[in-house]
Amino acid sequence: MAELATATPTPLPVGPVRDHGIGRGGMFALIASEAALFGYLLFSYYYTGASAPTPWVLEAHLALKLALPNTLILLLSSVAIWFAERATRHEERAKALIGCGIAFVLGTIFVAVQMFEWKAKAYGLAKSSYASLYYITTGFHMAHVVVGLAVLAMLFVWTGLGYFTPTRRIVFTNGSYYWHFVDAIWLAVFTTYYITPYLGFAT
Amino acid sequence: MATTAPYAAPTAETAERLDEIWHTPHTLYGRLATVDHKIIGIRYLVTSFVFLVLGGLEAAVMRAQLAQPNLHLLSAEAYNQIFTMHGTTMIIWYAAPILSGFSNYLWPLLFGSRDMALPRINALSYWLFLFSGIFLYSSVLVGQMPDRGWFAYAPMTELQYSPALNMDFYALGILFITISTTVGSINFVVTMLKMRAPGMSINRLPIIIWGTATASFANLLIVPAVSLAFFLLWLDRQFHTQFFQVSGGGQPLLWQHLFWMFGHPWVYAIVLPAMGMVSDGLPVFCRRPLVGYAPVALATVATMLLGFGVWVHHMFATGLPGLSLAFFSAASILIAVPSAISVFSWIATIWLGRPVITAAFLFFASTIVLFVIGGVSGFMTASVPVDWELTDTYFVVAHLHYVLLGINVFPVMGATHFWFPKFTGRMMDERLGRWSFWTTFTGFNVAFLPMHLTGLWGMPRRVYTYPVEMGLGPINMVSTVGSFVLAIGFLLFFINVLRSRTRGAPAGDNPWDAYTLEWSTSSPPPPYNFAVIPTVASRHMLWEDQLGETRERSNLEEGFILDHGKEALATSALDAEPQRILHMPDDTIIPFVLAAGMLVLFSGLLVRNWPITAIGGLICAADLVAWFWPRISLLERGPAHG
Repeated sequence: MAELATATPTPLPVGPVRDHGIGRGGMFALIASEAALFGYLLFSYYYTGASAPTPWVLEAHLALKLALPNTLILLLSSVAIWFAERATRHEERAKALIGCGIAFVLGTIFVAVQMFEWKAKAYGLAKSSYASLYYITTGFHMAHVVVGLAVLAMLFVWTGLGYFTPTRRIVFTNGSYYWHFVDAIWLAVFTTYYITPYLGFAT
Repeated sequence: MATTAPYAAPTAETAERLDEIWHTPHTLYGRLATVDHKIIGIRYLVTSFVFLVLGGLEAAVMRAQLAQPNLHLLSAEAYNQIFTMHGTTMIIWYAAPILSGFSNYLWPLLFGSRDMALPRINALSYWLFLFSGIFLYSSVLVGQMPDRGWFAYAPMTELQYSPALNMDFYALGILFITISTTVGSINFVVTMLKMRAPGMSINRLPIIIWGTATASFANLLIVPAVSLAFFLLWLDRQFHTQFFQVSGGGQPLLWQHLFWMFGHPWVYAIVLPAMGMVSDGLPVFCRRPLVGYAPVALATVATMLLGFGVWVHHMFATGLPGLSLAFFSAASILIAVPSAISVFSWIATIWLGRPVITAAFLFFASTIVLFVIGGVSGFMTASVPVDWELTDTYFVVAHLHYVLLGINVFPVMGATHFWFPKFTGRMMDERLGRWSFWTTFTGFNVAFLPMHLTGLWGMPRRVYTYPVEMGLGPINMVSTVGSFVLAIGFLLFFINVLRSRTRGAPAGDNPWDAYTLEWSTSSPPPPYNFAVIPTVASRHMLWEDQLGETRERSNLEEGFILDHGKEALATSALDAEPQRILHMPDDTIIPFVLAAGMLVLFSGLLVRNWPITAIGGLICAADLVAWFWPRISLLERGPAHG
C-alpha cells in the first residue's frame, strides 16, 4: 500500500536569523557577478598589454610609497568592519558604531589618497590604452568603494537607531560582506597594476 | 524565534485568508507595485512577444529588399540599421526575456512554492527590461538606430567612423538591459537553491529548472563581459579613452574577445531553458517519463561548461595563432556530445512512448529536426578551414537561424500551447494550432534551408543587395516567399492566443494529464499558488500511482499552511529539507521607481546632460536606501528599543 510523504513538522526559524537568510544568497550572487566584472577588466589589461609593442606600461615602476600604505589602510578598514560585525553579534552597540565609523574613515582616506595619486600623474586617460585602463580600472574600483562607503554610512545610522540584535542582523552582515569584497578585489587590482610591472610585464 | 508551523489540510477559510494576503489589487498603484511572479511572468511573455513581432517585421522588410537583385526598397544605410535592430531585438530583447517569462511564471508552481525568492528583484528585472527596450527603440524616433551589427565590432563603432547617436543608443541600451539580466539571474539562482517544496531534492527537478538555473549561473559570469565591453566603447566614444583605438595602442581584438566571451555562452543561455521545456513537455504527450533524466540534466550543465570555452570560433578569421584556433575548434566540436544526448533522449522518449499528436507535441518534436540540422551545420563551421570558407556568408545565417528558431522559437510556441491552459484557464484551439504549426514549419524551412546553398554559392551576409550576374535572384526569391509564409504562421499563432484567451474551451486543473506540481493547482492558479505547501516524493508527482515506482506518494493535500501573513517556506539546497519560514515582501512601488530612475539616468548619459544624469542617479540612490531600509515586517531588524 502506498504511503504519503510527510515532512516532520519540527520547529523552524522564522525570517532571517543571524547571518542565515535568503538575502545572503542574493549578496553572494551579486558579489560573484561583480568579481567577474573585475576579472574581465583585469583580462583587458593583461590582453592589451601582452599584445602591444613594449614598453606599453607608461611608468615602468609605479611608485609604491602611496599605494602600498593605502592598500594597508583599506585592509585595516576590513578589520574594522569585521570588529563591528562581531560587536553586533554580541549586541555591543557602542563598539559596533566605533568599528563602523573607523571603517568609514579609513575608506574615505583611501579614496582621498587615490584621488591625490591621480592628480599627480603626468598623463590623462586619453593618453594611451594603458592610461585608459589604469584610470578606468582604479576608477571603477573607487566607484565600488564609494558605494561601499554609502553602505557603511547606512549601517552606522541603522546601528545608531538600534535596529540590530544578535538574531536580527542579516542586513549588517551582508553589508560587511560587500565591504570585504571591495577590499579583497583591490588586492587583485593592486597586484595587477603596481606589482606586475616590477616583474617585467609589458615594460 | 522558532515556531512549529501547522501541518494540516486547508479549510475554505484558509484559502480565503491566503487570497486576502496575496492578491494584487486592480488599481493603478497595485499594477505598478505588484511583486506577484505570475503577473510579472505574463508581462515578460507579452512584452517579449511584442519584441518578437518587431524583430519579425524588420526581418520581413529585409527579405523584401533581398527578394530580387538590385532592389532599392531600402538604402544601404537603412538596411544596416534594420539588420542590426533585427539581431539585437531577437537575441537580447526577445530570446532571453521570453524564457524568463516562462520561468518566472512557472518556477514557483513547479517548486510548490508561493513565490520567487526575491519578489521585488523580480519586479525590478521586468521594469528594467521594459524600459531598456523603450530606450533602445526610441532611437527610431530620431532615425539613428544602431547600425553596426549586433556584435558592434570596434573600431567600426568608434566615434570617428560612427559620429551620430546610433551606437550610443546601443551601448547604453545594452548596459541598461544587462542590469535586468543580472538581477533576474540572481533571483533564479537563489530561488533554485532555496524555494523548493520539501522533498524536491536536486535529482527531482524538472529539466526546465536545470536549464534556467544553469543559464542563470552562467549569466552571472558572462554578462559582465558585455556590460564592460559596451561601457568601454561608450567611454572611447565620449571621453576619448583608447581601449579599442589602434592609434592609442588600443586593441580592437579585445572587443571581439569580450563580446564573444559573453556572446557564445549567451547562445546556450537562450536555448538551455527552451530545451528544458521540450524535455518536460514531450514526456507528457508521449505518456511516459523522459528517457535518460540524469544524462539530460548533466548534459545541460556540461553544455554550459564547454560553452565557456568556445568563443574564439567566432574569431577564426581574425588571424589568431593556429594553436589557439585548434583548441577552440576542438571544444566547439566536443559540444556536439552533450547536445546529442538531449536529442537522443527526446527521440527515445517518442520511440518508447505512445505519442499523442497535439499542436504542442508537433512544436516540441519539430525542435529535434531543426536542432539536428542547425547542429550539423554548426559542427561543420566548428572546423577552422570550413569556417574560413563559410564565415560571413548566408551559410552561417542559415545555421544560426536553425539553432535559434529550432531550439528557442519552436519550443516557445510549443510551451505556449502547453502552458496556456494554466495561464488562462482555457485551451488554445487545436485545429488552428496545427495550421499555425505546419505554416511556420513549412515557411521556416522554405526560407532557411536554401540559405545553406546561397551561402555556399558565395552570397555575403549583411550586404543590402547583390548584382544580377551572381545568379542568386531565384534562390533569394524562394527564401523571401518562405519567410512570408513563416510570418503568416506566426500571425495564425497570435490569433489563436488572442482568441483562446476569451473563447477557448475551459481547461480544468490538468488538461494534459501531466505530472508536475503546477498541474495540481487550479487554472489559472490562485494568487498564493498552493493552499498548502506540497511534500514531494518523486520526480513525477501526479503520475506516481500509474508509474508505481515507489511505495511513497507525494502529499498534495496536507502540508505547511503558512497563513500568518505573507509567508513562504525555504528549504535546503540539495535535499530540500524545511529550513526556515520566510516573510515575503508586500507589493511595493520601489522597484518601479528604481527602474524609472535608471531610465532618467541613461537618458541623461545619452544626451550628455549632466543635470538629468544626476537627477536620475539621485532617484536611484534614494530608492536603494528605501529598498534596503531594514523592515520589521521582513524581520530584518529587532523590535524597536523604545
